[in-house]
Amino acid sequence: MKTIYTRPKCLKPAPFHYCPGCGHSIIHRLMCELIDEMDLQGRIIGIPPAGCAVLAYNYFDIDICESAHGRGCAIATGMKRARPDKIIFTYQGDGDMAAIGTAETLHAANRGEKITSIFVNNAVYGMTGGQMAPTTMLGQKTSTSPYGRRPDVEGYPLKITDLIGTLPGAAYVTRTSVATPAKILATKKAIRKAFEVQMAGLGYSLVEVLSPCPTNWKVSPKDSFIYLEEKMEKEYPLGVMKDITTKKKDS
Amino acid sequence: MDEKVLMKGTDALSEAAVQAGCRCYFGYPITPQNEIPEYMSRRMEEVGGVFLQGESEIASINMVLGAAATGARAMTSSSSPGISLKQEGLSFMAALELPAVIVNINRGGPGLGNIAPSQGDYYQATRGGGHGDYRMPVYAPASVQELYDITMQTFDVADKYRTPVMILGDGMTGQIVEPIIAHEYIRPAEDLPPKDYILDGAQGRPSRIIKSLILDVREMEEHNWKLKRKYDLMKQELPQWEEFMTDDAKMTIIAYGTAARIAKGAVKRARSQGLKVGLLRPITLWPFPDEAIISVAKKSKIFLVFEMSTGQMIDDVRLAVEGRVPCEFYGRPGGIVPAPQELARIIERYWLQKEL
Repeated sequence: MKTIYTRPKCLKPAPFHYCPGCGHSIIHRLMCELIDEMDLQGRIIGIPPAGCAVLAYNYFDIDICESAHGRGCAIATGMKRARPDKIIFTYQGDGDMAAIGTAETLHAANRGEKITSIFVNNAVYGMTGGQMAPTTMLGQKTSTSPYGRRPDVEGYPLKITDLIGTLPGAAYVTRTSVATPAKILATKKAIRKAFEVQMAGLGYSLVEVLSPCPTNWKVSPKDSFIYLEEKMEKEYPLGVMKDITTKKKDS
Repeated sequence: MDEKVLMKGTDALSEAAVQAGCRCYFGYPITPQNEIPEYMSRRMEEVGGVFLQGESEIASINMVLGAAATGARAMTSSSSPGISLKQEGLSFMAALELPAVIVNINRGGPGLGNIAPSQGDYYQATRGGGHGDYRMPVYAPASVQELYDITMQTFDVADKYRTPVMILGDGMTGQIVEPIIAHEYIRPAEDLPPKDYILDGAQGRPSRIIKSLILDVREMEEHNWKLKRKYDLMKQELPQWEEFMTDDAKMTIIAYGTAARIAKGAVKRARSQGLKVGLLRPITLWPFPDEAIISVAKKSKIFLVFEMSTGQMIDDVRLAVEGRVPCEFYGRPGGIVPAPQELARIIERYWLQKEL
């Protein structure tokens, strides 16, 4: 009998601590599938964030280094510069990537560091209890924006992926979602490409993944996928911001 | 290689690091230590190492952390305000047990302060600086030769104990030019422990995790005690100091780094006037050379602690002395570098006051 579905080799047999309906479990699994398929376990190093995914080392059976909140891209830079033969990725949330770690992220991207960032955007600080994130949408209520995010008080959602797409050091920048099975498959394809871009030494690669947080959105897991498509994807349109591999093909 | 060459402090420090096998340098410009990144930017290219100017001190220390996690000998340097920014990274490196060398060319403070020599960062350096229950070895060289030798040594200490190590100097230590023997790096006689913790991909071995998050309080407590045992071992093995004319001294000056150079001049002046004065110079500020302090306290009638601050190391002297001898203090904070004559006058005053 042919096996068509199984636990990826580098996904540890541990139950996820993530809430029901959380997108992290899906994204973890996708990445583990890819690490298996691309045979990267022996040379990949992951850097999870401070945030819900801090415990990623309980699930990824690969070398992992913890990072202080927001410093992933700086740690990844140090690793990659010291060991250019390794595949280095950061796995970051919206607060990690676009608030406390903005400088580290933008400058790593701008230097064209040959690293990959997986940026999981759920528009809230998940682990700390659903506070406002840099990516919280206008009008969105969180535990620290109880009146809804107001532009004159809390400012606007920060689209860091769009910003990074403008930087010459960035080679592949895209935004995907895990709202539907088709979009999940597209996310996997994007992460594969991001790793390939790194392995080809082309520059910085970034995949922003829009992901549900039903607990802090205060909706059911089922409704969170509707919220994801109807609200998040409207504010953060899916698509490729930059891809120097297609440019090369054009010329 | 063993003939004397004239070298500036910052150059000696940088070259010693390269000789000791440092192949990753990350830093951010700040006066008065810019000669270190400048030297490294040129030299790392020559030896096939990594030089990268980070976007901040925070980024730089985290780049050091990343390089150290892959097994590289890594270093960063900065000056006081920049060292404040690195404290988060230092706490993490202490917790993750990652080795690296951090240079602080201390300037006047607090705040932006000025760029003149100061010893105002003693507390920050020796009290952890960052959050959490940790310690960090701190070396305070007082000459260019010592800067060269100690820089080499710090990389070994970092690897042996898996800890960040700080070299604490000031603008004077960095700018002074002296003849030194720029000898080759000699590996320590005892083998350094194998780097069996590094991350280089789980190839033919189980995957590894470098982390400090320990949610289970019992496990966290054990981690704290484990670190404590390591620090206790450092306390036994690392203290270094210099004694100058302490054997018959009725008064002993305690000073480190640049202040100790000034103090040595003052002691010589006092001696030329027949005053039996000596100098005890801690070379390691943490671990503090308690035993040496106690031993000298048995011989001296009075200690005079001299610092280029309003008085920080004096706390450690008093803790070691436990009331055995009175500890007086003379300080010049804010970037003032007094001449030996000035300190000699203070020595004379105490000598007369205390009727020694």
